[in-house]
Amino acid sequence: MTVVADPFVGVAAPDPDARPLLALHGVTKTYRSGQLQVNAVRGVDLTVRAGEYVAVMGPSGSGKSTLMHILGCLDVPSSGSYELAGEDVSQMGEHELAHVRNARIGFVFQQFNLLPSLSAWRNVELPLLYAGVSRRERKARALEALARVGLADRVDHRPTELSGGQQQRVSVARALVTEPALILADEPTGNLDSASTLEILGLLDKLHAQGRTIVVITHEHDVAERAQRMVVMRDGRLTEAARPGEPTRHSEGLA
Amino acid sequence: MSWLETFRTAGDALRTRRLRSALTVLGILIGIAAVMLTVGLGQGASQRITDQINKLGSNLLIVTPGSTTTVGGVRGGRGTATTLSMDDAQLLADRSVAPDIARVAPVSQSSLTVLAGATNWTSTVVGTTPDWLEVRARAIASGRFFTSAEVASESSVAIIGSTTATQLGLDSPVGQMITVGGQTLTVVGLLETAGSTTGGDQDDLVVIPQSTFAARLSTSANPRAVSTIYVEVRDQASLSAAYQEVSTALLTAHGVTTTTADFTVSSQQAIVDTVTTTARILTVLLASIAGISLLVGGIGVMNIMLVSVAERVREIGLRKALGATPGVILRQFLVEASLLGIIGGLAGIGLGLLGASVLPGLLGQPVTISPLSAAVALAVSLAIGIGAGVYPASRAARLAPIDALRSE
Repeated sequence: MTVVADPFVGVAAPDPDARPLLALHGVTKTYRSGQLQVNAVRGVDLTVRAGEYVAVMGPSGSGKSTLMHILGCLDVPSSGSYELAGEDVSQMGEHELAHVRNARIGFVFQQFNLLPSLSAWRNVELPLLYAGVSRRERKARALEALARVGLADRVDHRPTELSGGQQQRVSVARALVTEPALILADEPTGNLDSASTLEILGLLDKLHAQGRTIVVITHEHDVAERAQRMVVMRDGRLTEAARPGEPTRHSEGLA
Repeated sequence: MSWLETFRTAGDALRTRRLRSALTVLGILIGIAAVMLTVGLGQGASQRITDQINKLGSNLLIVTPGSTTTVGGVRGGRGTATTLSMDDAQLLADRSVAPDIARVAPVSQSSLTVLAGATNWTSTVVGTTPDWLEVRARAIASGRFFTSAEVASESSVAIIGSTTATQLGLDSPVGQMITVGGQTLTVVGLLETAGSTTGGDQDDLVVIPQSTFAARLSTSANPRAVSTIYVEVRDQASLSAAYQEVSTALLTAHGVTTTTADFTVSSQQAIVDTVTTTARILTVLLASIAGISLLVGGIGVMNIMLVSVAERVREIGLRKALGATPGVILRQFLVEASLLGIIGGLAGIGLGLLGASVLPGLLGQPVTISPLSAAVALAVSLAIGIGAGVYPASRAARLAPIDALRSE
């Protein structure tokens, strides 16, 4: 069995001078919707250093979903550059982007997006399947990731046999299992009750404390508040709501 | 992602939608089984006909009156043209006229009621010469055949087939008396069983000397007329030479040309060819109809794969987000469609084999299924699966991950 690097050990506190994990320069995204041209993102610069916990806020229609798609390499910018872990991904084709997503990014979705026919551990092993990891190692790593999110006793349960909070924890385990550079959470608590919300936010806090880089897209203040840094998307442009290290405030975020 | 993992994922997907997969497989299954069985029935039938005809002797030429009959080794007796006579048979038996001919057996025949005591049975009564036994490749089970002397003396003797003996209730027919057309005959021999052919039951007949038939039973105006002349050729290689000799001799004797010929010479081989050609045409026709059901099965696979892609847009999007390349998605759906095809093919072969073992008992027809036809069936079902999967799979592969994830 392959020994998996333990993310709980030997991780330094976030360093402000650390090299940027991701860097967006002048990113725009323009859609064509029939006759209409939609400028969803109108020139965004954003730098996230390794180990940072950043919240992207903004009302619906602000372009934050489009930004999330670009950050997650699910879509490419119309112009501008996007460097992820030292690679320019803005010009990549679909095939290469798939590899980048697989190796560098762990997704946590609002809808969980678990496959209902697969048990918890089979859901968690999916990214490893596409990475070409052997079956035996996949299972070991999936079980370990589930243990990390506190679901060691639920590995054989189907998603329908789990509560919403547990399902989201499975998807966090799936995001962790490849040891990605970036965890990208899109409204991770949008479908959860308040108890489960706290549970997931606690989990993200813990991952951050262990040195993970996390970007959360949310419109909820309680969620954004947990982040180290908050940026606000409005009309396709990004503004810094609070500087790193500064305590975040509700009023500023929604101003 | 390895091929093994692709198959496993595809298998999981099919198992999740068990009923739907099973119904889709059913379409292919029925198609494959139908094609296999129709082809098998056709091959079995033509094989059996060929075997039966060859059993009657493959070095045989059959001369029949008129030029209308080319198919069927045995010709019906009364009411047909009587342009052949005993003189023709004697001419052909002459070595100087036809050196490639070994034996000649003229046959006159009629369907007549045969009586044995109080039991009656309608049988084919054949008047012929002693060479008939050799020419028709028959054998005597008990007793003896009649002799040339008995032909010359118009003796009241008969040799009967096993079916006739059974129907007349004669356990040991040799020495018994039977009455045919008011004539009392002594049974001197019993024929060995030959089985049924296209010409009818070869064991339901009464064989008597030609002279006896002509003098006492024939209704024909010309007592020397015969309905068929069987000609045994020396060997297979001399078949075409003998054919020429027979034609030339009879054309000269009857004073006619090939265009006005009042007889037909056909070889056993020509009959076999005609029959197998007919069987093949029928087989192709039936297999085409069965092939249509296979095509419909293939359309079913494509339909279900399109539904599957439409239904699993979110799953496809998720898999792509997690790192599945378009190629991996394409492969996954192609393998799913191929699995449906292969499973349908294998099950179809199974059903075909089952049918091949059950049908002969029900229909009385042999079914021949060769390993080749099974292999072809499997290859065809795989090709159908792949063919039906290409379009749905490429649609799945082309889905943009964000559109796919967004769909509800």
